[in-house]
Amino acid sequence: MKPREISVTVNAKHYRSEVPPRLTLLDYLREVLGLTGTHAGCEHGVCGACSVIFDGQPIRSCLMFAIQADGHEVETVEGLAGADGGLSPLQDAFWEAHALQCGYCTPGMLMASHALLRANPDPTEDEIKEAIGGNLCRCTGYQQIVEAVRLAAKRMREADPEAGPEGNKDRVDE
Amino acid sequence: MSSEAPEGRRFRYVSRKRRTKEDRRFIAGQGRFVADISLPGMKHVALVTSPHPAARIEAIRTEEALKIEGVLAVITGEELARATDPLMSGLNLPDVRRFPLAVDRARYAGEWVAAVVADSRYIAEDGAELVEVDYDPLPFVVDAEEAMNEDAPAVHPAHGTNVLYQRKFVYGAVDDDFAAADHRLAFRACWGRSSTVPIETFGVLAEWHPGTGILDVWASIQMPKYPEQIARALRLDANCVRVHYDVDVGGSYGVKRGIKHTVLVGYLARKLGCPVRLIEDRLENMTGGDAHGPERIFDVEAAFNGDGEIRSLRIRALDNVGAYAGRAPLQLAKPIGAIVGPYRINSVEYEAISVTTNKTVQEAVRGFGQSPTNFAIETAVDKIARALDLDRVEIRKRNFIRKDEFPYTIPSGSEYDSGDYLTVQDKVLDLADFPALLARRDALRAEGTLAGIGISSCLEPSGGNAAFEPLFNPANETTTWMESCVTKIDLAGTVTSIMATASAGQGHETLVATVTAEELERDPDGIRVVRSDSLASLPSNSPVASRMAIMLGGAASGAAKILKRKLIDIAAHNLQLPADRLVYEGGNVAVRDDPGKKLAWDELVEIAHRKYHQMPLGMEPGLQASYVWEVPKGGELPDADGRVRMYPCYSFEAHIPLIEIDRDTGQVKILEYFIGHDCGTMINPDIVHGMVYGGIAHGIGAALYEIFAYNEDGQLLTGTFMDYLLPSVHEIPDIKMVDHSTPSPLTSMGQKGTGEGGYLGAPAAVASAVNDALAPLGLELDALPMRPGDIEALLRTKSG
Repeated sequence: MKPREISVTVNAKHYRSEVPPRLTLLDYLREVLGLTGTHAGCEHGVCGACSVIFDGQPIRSCLMFAIQADGHEVETVEGLAGADGGLSPLQDAFWEAHALQCGYCTPGMLMASHALLRANPDPTEDEIKEAIGGNLCRCTGYQQIVEAVRLAAKRMREADPEAGPEGNKDRVDE
Repeated sequence: MSSEAPEGRRFRYVSRKRRTKEDRRFIAGQGRFVADISLPGMKHVALVTSPHPAARIEAIRTEEALKIEGVLAVITGEELARATDPLMSGLNLPDVRRFPLAVDRARYAGEWVAAVVADSRYIAEDGAELVEVDYDPLPFVVDAEEAMNEDAPAVHPAHGTNVLYQRKFVYGAVDDDFAAADHRLAFRACWGRSSTVPIETFGVLAEWHPGTGILDVWASIQMPKYPEQIARALRLDANCVRVHYDVDVGGSYGVKRGIKHTVLVGYLARKLGCPVRLIEDRLENMTGGDAHGPERIFDVEAAFNGDGEIRSLRIRALDNVGAYAGRAPLQLAKPIGAIVGPYRINSVEYEAISVTTNKTVQEAVRGFGQSPTNFAIETAVDKIARALDLDRVEIRKRNFIRKDEFPYTIPSGSEYDSGDYLTVQDKVLDLADFPALLARRDALRAEGTLAGIGISSCLEPSGGNAAFEPLFNPANETTTWMESCVTKIDLAGTVTSIMATASAGQGHETLVATVTAEELERDPDGIRVVRSDSLASLPSNSPVASRMAIMLGGAASGAAKILKRKLIDIAAHNLQLPADRLVYEGGNVAVRDDPGKKLAWDELVEIAHRKYHQMPLGMEPGLQASYVWEVPKGGELPDADGRVRMYPCYSFEAHIPLIEIDRDTGQVKILEYFIGHDCGTMINPDIVHGMVYGGIAHGIGAALYEIFAYNEDGQLLTGTFMDYLLPSVHEIPDIKMVDHSTPSPLTSMGQKGTGEGGYLGAPAAVASAVNDALAPLGLELDALPMRPGDIEALLRTKSG
């Protein structure tokens, strides 16, 4: 099949690319754009390691073709940090709580949690578990991940008590 | 959560809350995993696999695949077997030959038969679809007991039998103890075939440089003596293989051994003259990645007295290693180093039988066979308690080795270094508020719920010296399992430590930085830890055997102590005083009686790097030290009876879960989970706790969900995450943990191992809880995993 031209916004940058129609969005991000923070785990939509945010919603990038992202907006783990490299409050909380070991599922966990906190700045424990329920982690037993998301939510609310959904875009310095 | 200060030493950095070194790059999406590494001109591999559990390979036709634009080559086992030597086996089995691709005969469904190399993975898969293989299906066997029958199909006809290893060890006066005991009981317990199943599959990239004659390898690897094994199979000198250890490994927990993958891509890279990368997809990983775990049948007999004293055990362990031997059969040997668990059991008979079948090959799994064995021992203890109508906590307390009995030599020859099992057990009982927990269980039962409390108390042998190798294979006289570290202080006074292995989430950079900082009294955040390649490094045996806190920690301590000594000697020379009149503090060296008189860190560094005229006579310039540490108490071969000192350090854990079972579906829900844990001095508490939580989650998976199930046609039914069920956050309870520290007298800071931690006791604990819930119905279930269907079927026998 002939390559197709697509236009995609990834982490607020615009890209125009020619891609084979069967190229997955995951492989497009990794192999074409060089954004290797998003990982392949199962390639059948169960483990969530490849989670990215697509038009505001967390999705599996292994289950989508790149051409389906034509005209759409994608956010990946590389977009979480500020332009100066400063960590987002969520990333910082993952570090503080040691919410990872090998780091392989971490980008997917971060994107799923990021989408949650953007929509719901004060999630209950059940809501946190629901949000990461489709992301498998083999190292941590999830405990420190849940703790990190709770910590991030608390810190973000304290930093900006008025913030509603979509509110807090602050970065913290290390 | 409480943390006790280890005896005898006050720490500045060790055992304190501190952010890890590694996490920073991963949360930014800047890990460097093998699939993230691309080289110019790199080609990709896809595999053609056998659909049959056993078949003669009559012909392989590659013409159609080679017609595809972008397909470079298709290679077969026949070609590979001509150019390479068989992969190493843990046992001495010359007639069980194993190559990366099947030669003449496929021995399990999913075995690699041919490899296609192409410009992209997509094109390689197109090619793999067009490779035609003619098979002549053969009789096969997947059940270990059937495989032992004389008329069973032979997996390796040249070997003559499907039994790869069989030996009965008798440790102590077993017959006498059985004869003298008041009671005995016998049972069978089964451990299902599961594994660690990391979220990252195995991957490897190799590039051959004809100009230097070096094969560069980047891999997702956790394998002792990996470069040497690749070189040997590829018929290269060992110093022709350069493994780069600065590759992040996306989880392993034992299984990322990848020798066959690496020999395959190493051969391809050399043959084709371009870099070649193989990243398993999930199906290749689950079916042909050769990374399944132990599958074990235990037949256990226990002899005990009326007061609960356990006198002796007879354990027969039959393990199904799959189609080739590899290192997996040794997983029957390691548990000999803790064969009585934490108990004063006077004698043990242990028969180990390793059988080959037409299933996917087994690999090392977290604990190297210890978790199944712990499950068998703990099941025995529970059954004895039930037979005597004795409390399950009480029987353990009566049999525990006492704190003042250490070092304690067990009948099989290993010496437990230290422990305080009673105190840890008491701590977790307090944490759980055990009387209240019992009341809650009973209240649930009163409402008609099937509720149960689990009890397990298990050991984690750590820092192993691999003495199980000579024990099972006398041709292999391994008595050391050393680890190394190099540390240097540069001209600017900053500290860098170099380790010689990759890591898979265990936090080794944090370990080395913390230990080095503690010895040198410098801020850990300023210490850089890097990884060398295999040619530039001192020996390492990789992060297996729950050993790195002990062995790499010990090596890092050793190197730092040499540097500290050197700094003191330089100061002594310049202050014209004997070293014993000086005091080292924070990197500065001052006169003990006159603290104003001192040489600061920067001055000492300056002297070492620039002012040779101010150095003590004969001292090497610069500030660098290497240290290679031998396993404490290692260095001995097994005796004729198979008694051997195997592991130096023994961590302890006591688990208490509360569960309920849905009567209609058989689904187990874990309501509470408590654990008391003692790994001696914790280097970084967050890392220790994370390992324990994660290990428990892994153990819950093995106990309740995970199974590589085969049907009667020899086909693997659970090759995807839709059917091989890893626990999600919904299956894992909030785990409550209490720490205790009984420092090891054998290690640099009192530390013991923890990486296998929760996994070694959780399956036993969950099984204990399920059986406690079933006990009022008079039912027992002694086979893992206990899936909803298994429990529901058992319940139906009672209601039907």
